[in-house]
Amino acid sequence: MEDHHQEHQAVPSDLTLRVRALESLLVEKGLVERAALDALIDTYEHKIGPRNGARVIARAWVDPAYKQRLLTDATAAIAELGYGGLGGDHMVVVENTPKVHNVVVCTLCSCYPWPVLGLPPVWYKSAPYRSRVVINPREVLREFGLELPEDVGVRVWDSTAELRYLVLPERPAGTADLSEESLAALVTRDSMIGVAKVKLIGKEGCV
Amino acid sequence: MNGVHDMGGMHGMGPIDYEKNEPVFHQHWESRAFALTRAMSAWRKWPGDASRHQRELIPAAEYLRMSYYEKWITALVELLLKNGLITAAELESGVPATDSPKSIPSLTADRVPRVVAQGGPASRDIPVVPRFQVGQRVRARNMHPDGHTRLPRYVRAKLGTIERDHGVFVFPDTNAHHLGEKPQHVYSVCFPARDLWGEQASLHDAVYLDLWDDYLEPA
Repeated sequence: MEDHHQEHQAVPSDLTLRVRALESLLVEKGLVERAALDALIDTYEHKIGPRNGARVIARAWVDPAYKQRLLTDATAAIAELGYGGLGGDHMVVVENTPKVHNVVVCTLCSCYPWPVLGLPPVWYKSAPYRSRVVINPREVLREFGLELPEDVGVRVWDSTAELRYLVLPERPAGTADLSEESLAALVTRDSMIGVAKVKLIGKEGCV
Repeated sequence: MNGVHDMGGMHGMGPIDYEKNEPVFHQHWESRAFALTRAMSAWRKWPGDASRHQRELIPAAEYLRMSYYEKWITALVELLLKNGLITAAELESGVPATDSPKSIPSLTADRVPRVVAQGGPASRDIPVVPRFQVGQRVRARNMHPDGHTRLPRYVRAKLGTIERDHGVFVFPDTNAHHLGEKPQHVYSVCFPARDLWGEQASLHDAVYLDLWDDYLEPA
């Protein structure tokens, strides 16, 4: 397979060469199948991502019984929509309210709910986020553009075990007449990590 | 181990670098490093805990310098060598040794959807008596193992409250070292932010961690 992302480079990077050599060796030894690698990459580039999580959130907003199941047994409730498995075997959903804001991190590595959010963005796995959000969550959230009143409690969830966390954001005001599908379109990855709120798209008061 | 990977609460790591419309992989080799790591784990020669620990073993300066998937591929090579799936000579030459048996790949493309959907639960459906109850005050143990642990330094010796019992899970401190699963209860434990960080923290804030029985003692 060609390195199409790097074809502008005259000389492939050291990492390109190292990974290519390792893949070639493992294929030669019969330890991996190239088509399986392609299928794994295709899964996380095109099939599993934050749209899955957004559907979970929208369902919880329109269906109070589903929301209750989601908060009680998130793994089972998320499986109802067909999501689960690798990187998210054990799910927990934490609910934002006018008095509580939740934000998720993995200070020790990069744990993240793959089945509902896909693979994590670089900033989530990076030292600045991992080191700072537990000690100074309000400052970190401010950098993401989220200023929280002092009396709103911030709960930081450090994913130290095999439980994976998804934030249930507050449903924005003025969305009473939106369909479940339209609601899902409003839900961003960042709002489900807890570094943003869900906002109405478009000018305020015009939606 | 008290490694640099255990960075919760550290200063000096710089600003958060946010990228809009970030691609899943930035370079082709990153996607291959990711897929190779997942495909090789299908051989079940090592648990996920061992993969995590192998990344922690990357020397501190290198750990901080390397990009995410560079850590993955570095750890994968070490695991392949340690577990005898490749030899140093093969790694050097890039070709299988002449006497190397040809395997049949453990993970084939047709099995990928099922493997992804099934995952690999770390819970164990066996009766283990919980050492703590919801609502109980606990102290995170002041322990400093030089092997793998999922008890971050920033909560050790701190007081918290058991908020939820998640059930019985494999214990990473032994499992990462092939010393058995030692299944035990994992709890969501709430630590008030002020107890962790002092006056600078808001009275309203808290940090929640998922901690195993062996990390806790009665307060």
